[in-house]
Amino acid sequence: MRKVSRLSRFNIASLAFGLAFLYLPILILVIYSFNDSRLVTVWGGWSLRWYREFFNDRAMIEAAWMSLRVAVAAATIATLLGTLAAVALSRGERFRGRTLFSGMLYAPLVMPEVITGLSLLLLFVALNAERGFWTVTFAHTTLTMCFVAVVVQSRLGSLDRSLEEAAMDLGCNPVRAFVAVTLPLIAPAIVAGWMLAFTLSLDDLVIASFTTGPGSATLPIRIYSEVRLGVKPEINAICTLVIALIAVVIVIASLASKLSSSQGESAAPL
Amino acid sequence: MSARRIFARPARFAAIAPYVWMVLFFLVPFAFVLKISLSQTAIAQPPYEPVFDVTAGWGALKAAFAALSLDNFKLLGSDDIYVYAYLRSLTVAVTATALLLLIGYPIAYGMARLPKRWQAVAMVLVIVPFWTSFLIRIYAWINILQHDGLLNQILLALHLVSQPVVWLSTDSAMYIGIVYSYLPFMILPLYATLAKMEPALEEAASDLGAPPWQVFWLVTFPLSLPGVGAGVLLCFIPIVGEFVIPDLLAGSNSLMIGQTLWLEFFTNKDWPVASAAAIVLLVVLLVPLLLYERLQKRQLEQGR
Amino acid sequence: MTDELPRTDAAVDAAGDVRPAAGQPLLRIEGVAKTFGSFRAVDGVSLDIKAGEFFALLGPSGCGKTTLLRMLAGFEAPDEGRILLGGKDIAQALPHERPINMMFQSYALFPHLSVRDNIAFGLKRAGMARADIATRVSEMVALVKLEGLEKRKPDQLSGGQRQRVALARALARRPQLLLLDEPLAALDKKLRESTQGELMELQRRLGMTFIIVTHDQEEAMTMASRIGVMKAGRLDQVASPRELYEAPRSRWIAEFVGDINLFDAEFKLRDGHRLVIGTRDAGTLVVAEPREALGETRFSVAIRPEKVKLSRRAPVSEAGRETAINRLDGVIADICYLGGTTIYKVKLDTGGMLQASVVNSARLDVDAYSLNQNVVAWFTPDDCVVLPS
Repeated sequence: MRKVSRLSRFNIASLAFGLAFLYLPILILVIYSFNDSRLVTVWGGWSLRWYREFFNDRAMIEAAWMSLRVAVAAATIATLLGTLAAVALSRGERFRGRTLFSGMLYAPLVMPEVITGLSLLLLFVALNAERGFWTVTFAHTTLTMCFVAVVVQSRLGSLDRSLEEAAMDLGCNPVRAFVAVTLPLIAPAIVAGWMLAFTLSLDDLVIASFTTGPGSATLPIRIYSEVRLGVKPEINAICTLVIALIAVVIVIASLASKLSSSQGESAAPL
Repeated sequence: MSARRIFARPARFAAIAPYVWMVLFFLVPFAFVLKISLSQTAIAQPPYEPVFDVTAGWGALKAAFAALSLDNFKLLGSDDIYVYAYLRSLTVAVTATALLLLIGYPIAYGMARLPKRWQAVAMVLVIVPFWTSFLIRIYAWINILQHDGLLNQILLALHLVSQPVVWLSTDSAMYIGIVYSYLPFMILPLYATLAKMEPALEEAASDLGAPPWQVFWLVTFPLSLPGVGAGVLLCFIPIVGEFVIPDLLAGSNSLMIGQTLWLEFFTNKDWPVASAAAIVLLVVLLVPLLLYERLQKRQLEQGR
Repeated sequence: MTDELPRTDAAVDAAGDVRPAAGQPLLRIEGVAKTFGSFRAVDGVSLDIKAGEFFALLGPSGCGKTTLLRMLAGFEAPDEGRILLGGKDIAQALPHERPINMMFQSYALFPHLSVRDNIAFGLKRAGMARADIATRVSEMVALVKLEGLEKRKPDQLSGGQRQRVALARALARRPQLLLLDEPLAALDKKLRESTQGELMELQRRLGMTFIIVTHDQEEAMTMASRIGVMKAGRLDQVASPRELYEAPRSRWIAEFVGDINLFDAEFKLRDGHRLVIGTRDAGTLVVAEPREALGETRFSVAIRPEKVKLSRRAPVSEAGRETAINRLDGVIADICYLGGTTIYKVKLDTGGMLQASVVNSARLDVDAYSLNQNVVAWFTPDDCVVLPS
């Protein structure tokens, strides 16, 4: 006898509604990016016209390139620092300043971006730093390393501690035990953390607006100033490209984490 | 000394680099915000001690003290624009969080009741939109909500309205945008607690004679409260300081605090007032932030 | 599988230590104590273990047996006392510096490594040559009968196979001492019984010293040559299984190990090597004089249920020795049929309850007693154990 289904009609309806709500707007945007008509809302047949337009838009391309460079650099530094922070928090037991440390790491997760952005700008001004690529990168690193730390820490927390003990019992000192056993097991979470950092950086408008300098706008800053002037079909095309890029990153990363570990539970990307 | 302690020593070294980084790029900047927010004309007695420029001796310190002023905060308190902006931010955040809970709970509940293998799929489906750009998702809604956008076309075609409805630059559009953007943040913590819940608990409740709504209200909901708390904080705090969504979707006659801060900073170039606005915003959010902090810590440090 | 086996006795291990031959003292634990916060988990334990022994630490959960084991492995350092292995104090040595290996309760198999790499893990750390590692691994795989599964990952193995990998991994380094933390707890009953036999055989063939931690007294009795019973951080009794069962040192151990009938008793008079005692629940009994003199006049008397015989009438007594047999009249109050044996609860006329375990030697129930039937329960003075209360 099969168990009575726990899924009621109400459950199914709310799931269907939720997924439709989440996906339809994006789907519509993607479809309209292939619309030949200049009027965003009138269907004029399939076309790649707006993609051509985008690739001829020097300013947009430059912004996109800037965003990509920032995202890769910030995600990489953030993954390094965030992983170190996660290791310290989940394996460091008690140490001086631990409460402050974890506080500093969790607060940016929910801190309104206007505050983070403003405060970082004031720091850069006080340091007399030239605003541009590096200031945005450092700002994004600060924000995204906290997300990396949370993702990696939750994986470390769910890891059986006796695995590390077994490694030590079999002749590893603590550092080698970490490298030989812990690191491979948290690798999927580290990869997920990098992806998350990458997309968060690619996405950010507010912090980048505060911390960037003249002449080095990121893609979201450009898109934002265009959107404020009204809907343009070219923006649909750019957005579709960004979505495609992120989709590719997600697929590659999830394949990588599948390959790197055949064990059932892999880290959730959040 | 124990095994954990053996492991802890090298682990603590790992803290050094991220610690230094966060102090430099997260903690120190707040000191600057505080300093700038107090720096203007000189009338007031400073209740704050500027800890960062103590290098120049007592005289300089005194001068720095004298230069500090609470004018910006007085301005924030006396000018209706700012007071309204704070009130509006809180109202919007409360309303939007309530909407999110109302919409997110059934979805999370539905996910938790799916067969195990489908749960993983549903979770990915909920997370993926979160990965696609925030700005893009708001922009997608501008597409749909504009004057001759899809929503109005459908409404007209169904003869539900006789002429296009104005959606953009209204509060409804803003709430749609906020709910849309923050929904995954509400669903995921709710789902996490609901999925961990033992199915036998609900079965036991109905076995003991509770009708379905009582099963939900007396067993399921109380047990999901940690998830509700996490979801509410995860949405409420950033929504209070939200800038992009109200800026693009809501009307410009009443602003949220994130918008006024932005305006003061970028348009009026009044950094001290913007800093003071940030400090007040931070103070408003202090309690929910601390609550969130505690929740996050408990979740991550005491295992599952 | 009795032919060529990896030999360890008198071998020289990777660290160059010469091992004590079987029967020689190997491990000495001296006054070891460990406190967690205000909880004294291990409270002054001293114990000697000889090479080649199969020793079991038995006790209820929270008695400190796992903490003691973890101190031997090096995962906890004792607050007091010394741990001497082959004469060297290792109490403060780190886990990877000890010639001791452990088999974890959760097995702690590395999920990202194959069976082969799990077993080779410790050998690589010891800097063994590649070819030697390969030989040793295949030796170990054969030893635990896992041929053909070398390339599998732990999650592609059954519970029993995982247990074998964990064992092979811990044995691969040929430790002077193997610690097993509840090694069979995760297996089902049938598999557990067959694995017990295999572990014992393995230990005998390898001539290795095993210390096992368990809360299951049957498991400890089956496998170990000596058992240390722990209670509240202290070693209550260290003895062979038989001695532990037949001559428990305390009332607590008597109750913890197996079933037992216990009566509060008072000394009445001495009759040669017999003591005549009075009990409230079972009347006057004659018991053998305990080996150690009792300081008090109040104590407990214990009789194992299988020592109690039942009959419909009083047993025919040997002439002149009638007084030497304890006879108690009663009625059958409860019957618990277990297959091989039946447990009868007898309500004694004197007021108490007495359990008797009777072997069902006949298939038909001609010998069986029925509820409310009058019976005589009897046992000899030597079947009784006198314990301090």
